[in-house]
Amino acid sequence: MRRIISVLMENEPGALSRIVGVFSQRGYNVDSLCVAPTTDGSLSRLTIVTHGDDKVIEQITKQVNKLIDVLKVTDLTEGTHVERELMLIKVSAKTDAVRSEVNRTVDIFRAQIVDVDAKNYTIQITGTSDKLDSFSQAMSQQTEVIESSRTGVCGLARGEKVLRL
Amino acid sequence: MEMMSGAAMVVRALKDSGVTHVFGYPGGAVLDIYDALYAQDDVKHVLVRHEQAAAHMADGYARSTGKTGTVLVTSGPGATNTITGIATAYMDSIPMVVLSGQVPSMHIGEDAFQETDMVGCSRPIVKHSFLVKRAEDIPKAIAKAYYIANTGRPGPVVVDLPKDLVSILDEHPYQYPNDVTMRSYNPTLKGHSKQIKKTVETLLGAKRPVLYVGGGAITSEASELITQLAEKLNAPVTSTLMGLGAFSGIHEQFVGMLGMHGTLEANKTMHNADCIFALGARFDDRVTNNVSKFCPHATIIHVDIDPASISKTVAVHIPVVGSVDKVLEQVLKQLENQDLSEQPAKLADWWKQIDQWRARKCLHYQTSSEVIKPQQVVESVYKHTNGDAFVSSDVGQHQMFAALYYPFAKPRRWINSGGLGTMGFGLPAAMGVQMANPDAVSLVITGDGSIQMNIQELSTCLQYNLPVKIISLNNRALGMVRQWQDMIYKGRHSHSYMDSMPDFVKLAEAYGHVGIKVDHPSELDDAMQRCFAEKDRLVFMDISVDQNEHVYPMQIKYGAMDDMRLSKTERT
Repeated sequence: MRRIISVLMENEPGALSRIVGVFSQRGYNVDSLCVAPTTDGSLSRLTIVTHGDDKVIEQITKQVNKLIDVLKVTDLTEGTHVERELMLIKVSAKTDAVRSEVNRTVDIFRAQIVDVDAKNYTIQITGTSDKLDSFSQAMSQQTEVIESSRTGVCGLARGEKVLRL
Repeated sequence: MEMMSGAAMVVRALKDSGVTHVFGYPGGAVLDIYDALYAQDDVKHVLVRHEQAAAHMADGYARSTGKTGTVLVTSGPGATNTITGIATAYMDSIPMVVLSGQVPSMHIGEDAFQETDMVGCSRPIVKHSFLVKRAEDIPKAIAKAYYIANTGRPGPVVVDLPKDLVSILDEHPYQYPNDVTMRSYNPTLKGHSKQIKKTVETLLGAKRPVLYVGGGAITSEASELITQLAEKLNAPVTSTLMGLGAFSGIHEQFVGMLGMHGTLEANKTMHNADCIFALGARFDDRVTNNVSKFCPHATIIHVDIDPASISKTVAVHIPVVGSVDKVLEQVLKQLENQDLSEQPAKLADWWKQIDQWRARKCLHYQTSSEVIKPQQVVESVYKHTNGDAFVSSDVGQHQMFAALYYPFAKPRRWINSGGLGTMGFGLPAAMGVQMANPDAVSLVITGDGSIQMNIQELSTCLQYNLPVKIISLNNRALGMVRQWQDMIYKGRHSHSYMDSMPDFVKLAEAYGHVGIKVDHPSELDDAMQRCFAEKDRLVFMDISVDQNEHVYPMQIKYGAMDDMRLSKTERT
């Protein structure tokens, strides 16, 4: 089962490698990983998408929590939550026909064209991973996808549940 | 504030952390620190012959005292040579701090001479590590390292020190923190009151309880509390390899070690129990055998300071996160107001059953008038040391014989590499034990394979007058490998024997020690007497033992805990 694990940790050099290390040395899966400092610059927040049965997820949570640099760990998928991912995708847009087709799809998905060149468009889209998958599939049906880059999922629990000090 | 060089700070911070001994080896990146060591007498440095042995010595020192062992090595090969020793300590949760030199900050990442990413290399086998970036941070990093190493579930911590930070030419303000607190690290010591209540109810309701004691009981100094609880409940006690001595091996309620080479009665008691009270043990694969057949009737209560150890391999019914001593205090407090007079009657049938299993005398072995049996050697060592020595061990058949035939009445007397199974651990560990306990008898039970993995330390023993007794069970083969080859590979002894054994007596003498060779059972007792009479000298006992002896009992693979072979021909 797909899970989103959210981790609050010290913003120290090496902290990220310890977390990634736990996943590789214990044979857990990482589907995506997203990390950046929080509003409190001494802390980083890391979101890992993984999958496994309940026993594996329990172990992941415990093993990550055991790291000295880690303050808090939560499984966002245990409750309701908001999750988002961002993708930048560069597609070929050489003819008017392709351009208008791409433009229409961009509107439908509520994406944005953020850069235009004589030969291509760079598009930004945010949403759930599913939505990003569908958009990139739609693009590949309409034109050539030149390259793309995704941030990985980040998320927050809905309502009053929070992950902070 | 006092001003001093980074190197002097390192040594001063060690002293302020309570360090008495440092086991190490100098080299380019740590020359400044060695210079600072030269100028003082507070911290004693022990010069080893190989850095791996330094880590094992620090480990033996730690296991026998409960204090943190300290290692000091140079960058690159000095640091990587400690890796096996760090992994050994990590697997057995032993407090250790390893200070490694590093190339100067400005050369990190350039593949400089003797550069290794020590923090990266050691990451999977340390509790935590520090790469110090500023000289002013040295005292704080060292104080934190000792705090982390010896609190919660103990473990090794690496502190990597770039050479420019410890230069004797620059001075910095020295301030050792009065108190170390870390917002991200607060181990839970006391058990949750609801879980304690459930534990007490389950223990009192049990008709066939057993206490399953592991290394955590030794770490948390819980021996007396375990004895109190066991006696109050009249419950049998078994121990893991790591827990031996936490509950006295000569107590009538002790049913022996459990697991792969545990006693029949210990494994039967576990398998048939209706309540297992696990104290600082971790249900590892050398205990459980096939987890799907593990103890089907038992309600399992698991006390461990590390939440990640709970329900890792075997799902438990009542998890209690906390240190064994604190949780037992809570449990015993709850039992104070209970009438326990009925316990003996309630468990009478259980003990009757256990006594029947004991009657099979699973540790019985055939002696011979021609060849010495390895079990016999361990029993002789027990007799000649009155069961009161610090016994270190290497890894293999001799380790299991030592664990089974030398009952430990006290904690911290049995020093062995249980988790990692490191050959070459024994001699340096016994040396660390001797350093920490200069007046005690420190011996190592080893084999002709293991002893040759760190034999160079005989030289260190001479330098520091360490009168360690080496009891080498020489069977001219890698005994445990050979046993498995006999049992599983139809006796195809692929590379499990040694064709050119050295003359160990001459070798010991060459290093300035006493060597004694024993070939015949009739010589054993006298030789042992001579060995332990040499109070001030290292004695190397090269004892020729039966090459064909196997360690029994032994669990049968894929079976339940109590599916065992009792000899080459009998099984349960």
